Amino acid sequence: MGGALSPDALPLAGAPARSVPAGIGGIAAQSVEKRDAGSLREAHFSQSVIRVEGLHKSYDTPAGPFPVLKDVDLSIAPGEFVAVMGPSGSGKSTFMNILGCLDRPSAGHYVLDGRSVAELSKDELALLRNRTIGFVFQGFNLLPRMNLEDNVALPLVYYGVEREERRARARKMLQRVGLGNYAKSLPNRISGGQQQRVAIARALVNQPRLILADEPTGNLDSHTGEEIMALFDELNREGITIVLVTHEADIARHARRQVSFLDGCIVQDGPTEHHDDNPSRPPLVRGGVETPSPDKGRDGEGLECLE
Amino acid sequence: MLAAMLGEAWHAMGANRLRTFLTMLGMVIGVGAVVLMMAVGQGAQYAVSQSISSMGSNLFILISGSTTSGGVRSGSGGAPTLTVADADAIAELPGVRAVAPVHTGRTQMVYGPNNWSSSTYGTTPSYLDVRSWSVASGYPFTDSDLRSATRVALIGKTAAKNLFGDEDPVGKTIRVGQSPFVILGVLGAKGQSLDGRDQDDTLLIPLTTAQRKVYGTPFQGAVRMIMVQAETAAGMPAVEKSMVSLLRQRHRLREGMDNDFYLRNLAEAADSAAETTRTMSLLLGAIASVSLLVGGIGIMNIMLVSVTERTREIGIRLAIGSRERDIMLQFLLEAIIISVVGCFIGLALGVGGALLANYLTDAMVVISGSSVLVAFGVAASVGVFFGFYPARKAARLDPIEALRYQ
Repeated sequence: MGGALSPDALPLAGAPARSVPAGIGGIAAQSVEKRDAGSLREAHFSQSVIRVEGLHKSYDTPAGPFPVLKDVDLSIAPGEFVAVMGPSGSGKSTFMNILGCLDRPSAGHYVLDGRSVAELSKDELALLRNRTIGFVFQGFNLLPRMNLEDNVALPLVYYGVEREERRARARKMLQRVGLGNYAKSLPNRISGGQQQRVAIARALVNQPRLILADEPTGNLDSHTGEEIMALFDELNREGITIVLVTHEADIARHARRQVSFLDGCIVQDGPTEHHDDNPSRPPLVRGGVETPSPDKGRDGEGLECLE
Repeated sequence: MLAAMLGEAWHAMGANRLRTFLTMLGMVIGVGAVVLMMAVGQGAQYAVSQSISSMGSNLFILISGSTTSGGVRSGSGGAPTLTVADADAIAELPGVRAVAPVHTGRTQMVYGPNNWSSSTYGTTPSYLDVRSWSVASGYPFTDSDLRSATRVALIGKTAAKNLFGDEDPVGKTIRVGQSPFVILGVLGAKGQSLDGRDQDDTLLIPLTTAQRKVYGTPFQGAVRMIMVQAETAAGMPAVEKSMVSLLRQRHRLREGMDNDFYLRNLAEAADSAAETTRTMSLLLGAIASVSLLVGGIGIMNIMLVSVTERTREIGIRLAIGSRERDIMLQFLLEAIIISVVGCFIGLALGVGGALLANYLTDAMVVISGSSVLVAFGVAASVGVFFGFYPARKAARLDPIEALRYQ
C-alpha cells in the first residue's frame, strides 16, 4: 500500500469556507453565534460544518495494524454539496463512517458543527447522529415491519417528541418527498426509488444541517437515480450541506465539489463542472482513478496524496 | 418515549407470534408449577397444623412406667406408677391449665344387632378441655358422674356411625362388656391424629367407672396416663421441670434413680411434624423453581436469537440517533413483557389447577396471596435478569458492523 506521501502542496483541501454558496446566510449566522470568542482559527472551525485534520484510521489485523485512512485533511463549509469518489477499498466508506460519528478515528481531529467529536461521549454522539446528521444509505435501510410514517418518525422517538407531533412531522416530510399518500404502506409495497425517498424523508425529519449519503443511487436505475439527485439538489439549494459517496460520474456531477480518495488519501479535491454547464465533460480526476492499472489493481501508482 | 417503545415491543413480538408464544409457555409452565406446588405444600402444612390443633395445644402426656416380672419387661404403662392423686397434685402446679388422668383400653360395644370395638378412655370431665374437644350433641358427663361411677358415656363420630347408623345415639343404652351404658352425647369430629389413628373411633367414660366396673384394677387409683395442658407454649419447659421434680418427690425416687414414668411433649412432636411439612413444601417450591429457571433461560435464548436477527435494524436505529440505553430498554422491555404476560397466564393456570385439585380430590390445596406475589415477583425478575444480557449485547453492537450485517 504505497501511496507516496510527497508534500505536493495544493492549496485546495483545508481551506475553510471556500465555496459558500449564496442563500445560506441564516445557517452561517447560526454557526457564528455558536462560536466562542476566540482565535481566528476557531472562527474558521465554526464556519465549517465538517473539518478534519490529520485523520488516521487503521484496523487491527492478525498481520498488524492495517491503515485505511492516512492523514486526511478536509474542510466542508455550510451549504456545500460534496461528492466523495474513489474505488472500493480507497477508504471513502471508512471516512464517511467517521464523518457520521459511527466510527472513531485512530488519530487526528474531527470537528463537526463546531464540536470536537473525540471529546464527546457515546450518548452525545448519538445525539449528533439524531439531530445534526441525516443518513441516506445505499440499501435504503427502512425497518420492514413499520409503515412509512413510523419509519420516518423513528428519529423523533429518540428525540423525545410526542406521538401526535411525530406523526404530523413525518407526514409533512413524506409529502415533501412526494409520498404523502403512502403513509400507512409497508416499505416492501413500494419501489426502490420510493423507498429511498422515504429514507431521505427520515433523514430530514429532524432538520439536520448535514446529510451524509452513501451511494444513495447505487441500487437504483439511472432514471430513478436522477430523480433522487434532483431531490438532493433541491435540499442543497435550501442550504443543507450534503456529502455524497458515489461511483458514478453522472451522479457526482450534481455536486459542486468532488473529493477523490485512493489508498486512504485524498488525491483530488476540486470544483465540479456543473452538469448544467457541460454535461458531457468527464469528471475532474487526476491520473485515471476509474481505470485500474493492469499490474497492481487499483493501487493507483503515481498518484500522490494531497497535503 | 416509553409508550412508543412498548408499542414497538408489542409489534416485534407480534411479528413472531408462535415463537413469542412458545417462549411465554416456558414462563407459563414455570409460574404455574410454582403456584401449584406451593399450594400443595401449604395444603400439607395446613393439614398438619389441623391435626396438631386437634390433639389439643400445649400438651404433655405422662405415661406410667414399665414393670419387670421374671425378666419380661412390660413396656410403658405396664406398671401402675401414676395415680389420680399425682394428677391432682400436678393440677396445683403453676402454669398448668388442666389435667386429665386417663385409663385406656379397648372394649366391645353392643347396640341392638350391631357390635363394634373402640378405644375406650376412662377419664375426667377436664379431658374435653385438655383435648379442646367439643360435644356435638347431648351433653358431657360431670364430676358427680365421676364420684358415683355412673355408667354413662360420650361416643365418637366413627363409633356412633358403626353402632347406630343413622340413628341418634343420645339417650340410647349400649352394652359395654357386661354393663349397660347410657350415651350422654356425641363428640365433635376430630379426624386423624398425627400418626393416622381415627380419633373419632372412641368411647369416653368416667375414670372411676372404667376402673371399678369395666377394667378393674389391682391398685386403686392407678391410671395409665395423665394428660397435662400448660397455660402457654412459652411456659412449657418450666411446667415440664416442676412436673418431673414433683413426681420424683411423690414417687420417692432418690438421686440417680431413673424416672418411673415417661413424659412426652406433644408440642415438640407437633413442631417436628410441622417442620417436616415445611421442608417438604420448600422442596416442592424449589423443584418448581427449576422450571421457572428453565423458562427464564428460554427467554434469554430467544432474545439472543432476536438480537442476532435484528442486528441490521439495531444498526439502523443507532445510525439515526438511538442511544445505547434506548436499544437496551427496547430489548429489555420485550423480555419483561414476555415474562410478565407469561406470569399472569401461569398464575391463572396455577390457581385454576389448585382449585381443580381441591374440587376433584380430598387433598387440601391452599393458595395464599404471598405465594402468588412471590411467583409474580420472581417472574418479573427472571425477565429482567435473563433479558439483561441479550439487551446489553444488542446495545453494545458496533453500529458499522450492525449496518453491514445481512
